[in-house]
Parts: sequence; C-alpha cells; structure tokens
Amino acid sequence: MQFFGGSATTEASLLPAAPPGTGAGGPGNNAHMLYIFNRAGVCLLYREWNRPLRTLNQQQDHKLMFGLLFSLRSFTAKIDPTVVEKGNLGVPLLPGQGCSFYSFKTNTYQLNFMETPSGIKLILITHPKTGDQREPLKYIYNLYVEYVVKNPLYVPGTPIQLILPVYHITSYSSSNF
Amino acid sequence: MAAIYSLFIINKSGGLIYYKDYGSAGRMDTNDSLRLASLWHSMHAISQQLSPTVGCTGIDLLRADTFDLHCFQSLTGTKFFAICEPGAPYMELLLKGIYELYTDYVLKNPFYEMEMPIRCELFELNLSQAVQKDRVALLAR
Repeated sequence: MQFFGGSATTEASLLPAAPPGTGAGGPGNNAHMLYIFNRAGVCLLYREWNRPLRTLNQQQDHKLMFGLLFSLRSFTAKIDPTVVEKGNLGVPLLPGQGCSFYSFKTNTYQLNFMETPSGIKLILITHPKTGDQREPLKYIYNLYVEYVVKNPLYVPGTPIQLILPVYHITSYSSSNF
Repeated sequence: MAAIYSLFIINKSGGLIYYKDYGSAGRMDTNDSLRLASLWHSMHAISQQLSPTVGCTGIDLLRADTFDLHCFQSLTGTKFFAICEPGAPYMELLLKGIYELYTDYVLKNPFYEMEMPIRCELFELNLSQAVQKDRVALLAR
C-alpha cells in the first residue's frame, strides 16, 4: 500500500471536477461528521471534525445511525402522499425503491443523506444553516468510486483503511463545508 | 392541489391523538397511521441522541423527494407534524396556529381527557378553517 500513497500527484488528475459553487464559501468548517455505510450496515468510513457531545461508544453510535436511516427510509416510503401503492411498513426496501429523503434538520445539526443504487449510504452532518448538500455528496461518492472501488487492494465490505481515499475524502469534506 | 397533505398530532408518549388527511393519494388505514405516528416519535428521540452538540430538540424538517415534513414540538411534549408539498412556505406558522387551536379548543374543553384521541367539534371546525385560510393565502401569494 506504500506505493499507492506516494502517487498523489498523478492520481489527482483522475479526480472529477469539483461541482461549481461547493468551494465558494471558503474554507469554513461547517461539517461535523461523515459516515459511509455499505448495504449490510458496515461502517466503511467514519470521520469527525467537531463533535463535543458523545452519548454512546462508536460502535453503538454507528448502529443507531444506520437504524435511524433504515427506519426513516421505510417511514418516508410509507407516508409518501403522491403514490397510491405504498407497500407495507417495516419491509426492507431495495435501494431506490419507494420515496426516499435527502436531508433532515434539527436545531443543532443538519443530516444530509445519499443512497446509491448499490446500497452505499453517505451521511454528512453539517451545521443547520448550510444549504443543499446533494451535489457535494455526489462528489464524495465520486471520490469513493475513484479511490476505493477502483483500488485492487481494497477488499469490498471492509472498513476503508487506504491512505489516499481517506485523505482525499476527509480533506474535501473538511475544507468545503 | 393542496399545500398540506396530512396532519398528525401525537401525545408525549407517542400515541396518535389526531390524524387528518387533506387529499394524499392512496388510503392509509388507522393501523398504519398509528404505526407511523409512533415511528416518528422514536425517530425524533433517536435524532436527539445523534446530535454532535448539546441542546438538540429533535427533527424540525424532513426533506424527502416528494414531500416535506414539518414538525413542531410543544413544551409539554405534544408533537404536531404536517406532510406538505416540497418547499411549501410558512408551515411553521401554520403548525403554531394549530397548536393555539389545540390549546383553546381541546385543552380548555372540560370533557377532554388528557392524552386521549381528540374528538372536539369546535377544534375540527376551526382547524379546517385555518387550513382553508392557509390554502387561500398560498394561492394569493
């Protein structure tokens, strides 16, 4: 894995262009946490930048977060007012099936959520005053595809421990929100 | 097309005490609305546990692909939440107005039992007027 970490300059050209406007706010730090889950609920990546309050240990926290997203997904699919056939509450949904959500807001934080067709869930927790984060989440997913999925040394379904993707994903997230 | 699709009121232990549909597609039976209400109650509680900073009071606004959910929690723990069109404005004000109607016509009703389903004629009447007024105001804007 050493050689992979050393070639940052050449690899950088593979990066898709940053979506316009995402870096315009300057290097403020509005991001609190970033989670990446796979379809089975394994936390592939967790980073935090500003988290003064910790109520649970890390493993419990990841489980609670995944459970919240799972339940909110079935909640939104069931309550969707525009669809006649809603299915049953509590039945596991396939990625992209039924109505999904992309963010929720409380008085202390905003959770931005994206689910890809392969079941990867990206969660970015930011300050409640930040705007729509769907484009930045797509960009982070692009980084995941470029640096993790295309890496032959990565074993699918295990936490991401490669140096380069973690570096790129976290530096993008910490500098752009 | 209505700005508001449906309204739920849940008591402090998560039981559904009022549900009104204003024209969402498909039918939802009583069991489903009860389940959704208690599910929302627990989601609201979990979201407070996951907060990165202190003082979180739970979800105010959930943005989904086809609707927005606005939630207002009173100081006593009663939650009012409305399903509405994406980007519908002034929903917080409408929910606060509904809370006022609840205090006036439900809590001040001597025959109303606390934490039990709401069956008050005057509340129904004033609520439908408030929602109607909101719709007219939306059309005028």
